[in-house]
Amino acid sequence: MTQALVAIEGLKVAFSTDHGPVTAVEDVSFSIAPGETVCVVGESGSGKSVTSLSLMRLVEFGGGRIVDGRLRFRRGDGSAIDVTTADAATMRSLRGNEIGMIFQEPMTSLNPVFTIERQLTDGLRVHRGLRGAPARARALELLREVRIPEPERRLKQYPHELSGGMRQRVVIAMAMACAPRLLIADEPTTALDVTIQAEILGLIDRLKRDNGMAVLFITHDMAVVAQMADRVVVMYRGRVVEEGPVAEIFERPREDYTKALLAAVPRLGAMRGKPAPEPMPLLGAEAEAAPPRMTERGRRLLEVSHLVTRFPVKSGPLRLTRAHVHAVEDVSFGLDVGETLALVGESGCGKSTTGRSILRLVEPQSGTIGLDGWDIRSLGPVDLRRARRDMQMVFQDPFASLNPYRRLRDQVAEPLVNFGLARGSALDDRVAELFRRVELPADFGSRYPHELSGGQRQRVAIARALATDPKLIIADEAVSALDVSVRAQILNLMMRLQAEFGLSFLFISHDMAVVERVSHRIGVMYLGRIVEIGTRAQIFEDPRHPYTRALLAAVPIADPRQRRLHDDTVFRPLPSPVHPVGHVPAPSTYDEVEPGHLVLALD
Amino acid sequence: MRRFLSAKGLVGLTLVVLIVAIALVAPLFIPETAGTRMDMRARLAGPSLVHPFGTDQLGRDLLVRVVLGAHTSLTIAGLAVLLSIVVGLPLGVVSGYYRGHLDNLLMRLVDTLLAFPALLLALTISAMLGPSLQNTVIAIGVAFTPYLARIVRGEALRVVQMPYVEAARAAGTSDPMMIVRHILPNIMPQVIVQATISLAFAILAEAGLSFLGLGTQPPASSWGLMIQASRDYLDRAPWTALVPGAAVAMTVLGLNMFGDVLRDVLDPRARA
Repeated sequence: MTQALVAIEGLKVAFSTDHGPVTAVEDVSFSIAPGETVCVVGESGSGKSVTSLSLMRLVEFGGGRIVDGRLRFRRGDGSAIDVTTADAATMRSLRGNEIGMIFQEPMTSLNPVFTIERQLTDGLRVHRGLRGAPARARALELLREVRIPEPERRLKQYPHELSGGMRQRVVIAMAMACAPRLLIADEPTTALDVTIQAEILGLIDRLKRDNGMAVLFITHDMAVVAQMADRVVVMYRGRVVEEGPVAEIFERPREDYTKALLAAVPRLGAMRGKPAPEPMPLLGAEAEAAPPRMTERGRRLLEVSHLVTRFPVKSGPLRLTRAHVHAVEDVSFGLDVGETLALVGESGCGKSTTGRSILRLVEPQSGTIGLDGWDIRSLGPVDLRRARRDMQMVFQDPFASLNPYRRLRDQVAEPLVNFGLARGSALDDRVAELFRRVELPADFGSRYPHELSGGQRQRVAIARALATDPKLIIADEAVSALDVSVRAQILNLMMRLQAEFGLSFLFISHDMAVVERVSHRIGVMYLGRIVEIGTRAQIFEDPRHPYTRALLAAVPIADPRQRRLHDDTVFRPLPSPVHPVGHVPAPSTYDEVEPGHLVLALD
Repeated sequence: MRRFLSAKGLVGLTLVVLIVAIALVAPLFIPETAGTRMDMRARLAGPSLVHPFGTDQLGRDLLVRVVLGAHTSLTIAGLAVLLSIVVGLPLGVVSGYYRGHLDNLLMRLVDTLLAFPALLLALTISAMLGPSLQNTVIAIGVAFTPYLARIVRGEALRVVQMPYVEAARAAGTSDPMMIVRHILPNIMPQVIVQATISLAFAILAEAGLSFLGLGTQPPASSWGLMIQASRDYLDRAPWTALVPGAAVAMTVLGLNMFGDVLRDVLDPRARA
């Protein structure tokens, strides 16, 4: 291991808090060879980010301290230094020069008040002494290297003028500016859409091969690991659980935790040929039988037709409406009792707005929403309130969807109190029953949201949604913010509840693998319209619309033998959903390629 | 409760209780004449055994006057801040919660008031109403209301967008219940912080009004009046400013610490 570029030995990092020091990472050892991609994978709180920040000694800026261990780094001139004892000047010469870093959030890791050129040449000026024309030339070269179209124009632009994917390319270009020997990428694609994720992963992989650079890739996503890694380090609660070549980790995991992590990852294509959704296998638990089909299936619960929701774009001193964001444009679909319909698509495609329009949390412009005999759009405030008993919502962020100042019991009881469904001891019994249904101990009722983990909170949110015995639950990215193992549990819970109570789910998600697991039918959304809708088998096994195909092709597969890192030159700017007032969009017309399988006819 | 027992909590609580107790009890034990008794041979005298905090330009005992002044200053500041909360809180919540035309109307009104410096506004109101304790409270209270309303509105706008508010709406929560259960508890921390800061400014505002002859009327005593009276003697008898100044400082310090701890106590997240 003397040739290793980085050798981490017995790293221990502690953070000082109000309650004394907390050890975030302990006894972590692994090494990275030159030109190798090492993926550090783990769930939130596993210490994977702390480990990567320690390599640059950036933990110190976040209140952390390297208590023990050595971090040896082989420099460009062949000398080896221990990063833990290096002085501030040496560290500055490492950061951004020999070690580059990419962060998760491309929206905030660029400074909004400087041009792209200024930010790209910053590192060149500090580390290479480049200024003026040579710096500018190098910046252009970098932008070409990360395949940004029209690089000359981009140099003069500000971050807000670029899309998320392009910004992440700029961030990568900045990290590459001084041709680092090691690139640290901390969840670089987590905030990006799946098609852009595929491009960025391909880009990082190509840059690594072209430049012989080593990559330390931090992620929670086993599918991304399978696509990127040469070697994998699995972390859990601040310690290394298992380490090995990627094929070995995926095919012959030794530790239970790695097995559980792999089992909890939904794999695209795993549901091929299966008629109905199936629970995720969970390690340590009995394999659950597929929930029995609801007998009532086939009865229509929700019928949405020609739904249009637009948001005004106001400008000028008089705040006049100059344009509209066409968030939902002529969307129609139906949902049966006991069925799960998934709406999938990338950010901004209108899937969340569709869900919120059905509940009338936003007001649609036109169209009809029929729910079990109610004409939702024609209801007055009193009737709308009553109709909402039949449809409830579970939100994405379990940290924000519960009021931090109220006890959980009161929050779950709130819908019951609002509708006068129960009072006194009947109310207490009902709340206890709801907690039992979502498999939480009843004494959690006296706690506050912050005392619970993300998964537990999401269970409380589901309990609250179940309180009024609704027929329809709209789950808006309900599992997206959860760790994989917790996500599997929540998905299984939702499937069990569906089997038991005949619930219908409108499952809004961007995650194709999860959607394949849980849904009976799927609608693919793009730019406010459903471009393709059909049964799970129809969409996944016989996708017709080019966008559906692109979406499926972009999903990383959790199998290192099926690598498909794309050529990253494909570049499709997303058309804008903003149209001036008076714009009349064409109606959505569909070709029925098979019974129940509709494909949007216009492009 | 344990939070109150932290060092900061204890100091804050002790200071506030002590000062409020002095303000309430002192007038019962010290005859009013004690505050105006002049010792002409000991004008502007430094601290001594007879006058522990020294005397002012008329030879009045500063200890007695600062103790008596606590009552006036705290009553006016407390009531004025209370008034600004009673008016500003509903104004801000309604504005931020309902938005739309009502918000526009209310906020333009608030903006108009904000266009005047708070003290100038208080001065105008006070001048129109005439000098009295009640009118001073109204003047300062009204002058502080737009600031509070603005802060409350901003917070309400933030909270309204939280998913738990949307979840509650989907769960059939009515508007009044939404405000009471979800909006108010989540904006209270900012209201508490603003209130403790306002109290300090209200004490000083009262001083300003008194200086111009519109607030507390001599020979009655208030901290503000004492600070203003000391301005001509800063070089010869700095204690005439230091004594009431220290009283204001202690009160503000105590209130701020108390406010911080109160906010933490009300926040379930901060409870260990």
